[in-house]
Amino acid sequence: MSMPRILEVRTRILKANDETARSMRREFERAGVLVVNVVSSPGSGKTSLLKETLTRLAARGEAVAAVVGDLETDNDARRLAESGVPVRQINTHGLCHLEADMVAKHLTGWDLTGFEYLFIENVGNLVCPTSWDLGESLRVALLAVTEGEDKPLKYPGLFNTADVAVITKTDLACACEFDRDAALAAIEAVRPGMPVLETSAKTGAGLDAWLELLGQRRQSLTGG
Amino acid sequence: MCGDGHLSRLYYTGGDAMHELSIAMRVIDLAEVHCRAEGGGQVVAVTLRIGRLAAVEPHALRTALAMAAVGTLLEEATLRIVEVPVAIWCPGCEREVDLPGLVPLACPACGTRSGDIRRGDELDLESLEIMVAEVPA
Repeated sequence: MSMPRILEVRTRILKANDETARSMRREFERAGVLVVNVVSSPGSGKTSLLKETLTRLAARGEAVAAVVGDLETDNDARRLAESGVPVRQINTHGLCHLEADMVAKHLTGWDLTGFEYLFIENVGNLVCPTSWDLGESLRVALLAVTEGEDKPLKYPGLFNTADVAVITKTDLACACEFDRDAALAAIEAVRPGMPVLETSAKTGAGLDAWLELLGQRRQSLTGG
Repeated sequence: MCGDGHLSRLYYTGGDAMHELSIAMRVIDLAEVHCRAEGGGQVVAVTLRIGRLAAVEPHALRTALAMAAVGTLLEEATLRIVEVPVAIWCPGCEREVDLPGLVPLACPACGTRSGDIRRGDELDLESLEIMVAEVPA
């Protein structure tokens, strides 16, 4: 005979991922590397923004690296590698988000203390990456002017868990009749007080402010 | 919730193609570990607490868990999902308030905006009901 018994477990379902991410974060902080997790829908300009970011940081003499997640192909890694910095591709083969252990595996062999910035380009998806902590210090959600101003309202989880929002492709704003005020209001409704930057990887508009924000975040990370 | 859920491509080193399935597999792993640790032979019920900000669609999770539970200790388990509303601290009212939805993050009573989230991002395995062999007296 067997009998039922209730177990009060009360544990995070993603405990294993959270623990991996926590130990990665400690390692990143010890190494003094600012890790930035970039999330957005596909086609909202993650790779273009990152390519410009990597190129400009490298030109300033900063040591930068990136890992990029996609279901298939190493196209984005090759595009990012044109910046001249070390880049690794993670192919998820169907999985819609990156998890902490995948990132950890792809960092093997890199001396993190040699980097000042490490960018993680997540799989393009507005829902799934939300719950997975990758050990980053900064999560950045992108919103392209081509996407519609109410994206943050439709996908609040992604914007809500971000630290910074970056509006991309502002060079196309006019052609798309982008309603800037509506977009800012939508972000504010989802995450009151979140800093918002407006950039164009094509014209370079807003990139100085973006690099300055990164520099400040890195400084506060290293206490310098 | 996510696309790309083509069955032949479900696996990434033990992974899967939609994030509810990733979550379902973590639930099964955790539940089996806890069940075995208590000498249980079968899980008959699972209770999860899912915050409305957790970006998890309960119906998709239910489907994913039914698929992934086949051949595990959870194969016959009943799933109970407790959805947790979003609660923020309202600096205007000086109290915690539940929100009727996800946005705006503002007090429904006084309208004050607040990003100080107190509840609603839960993704927890709350409890299990397991069958344990009765030791004869």
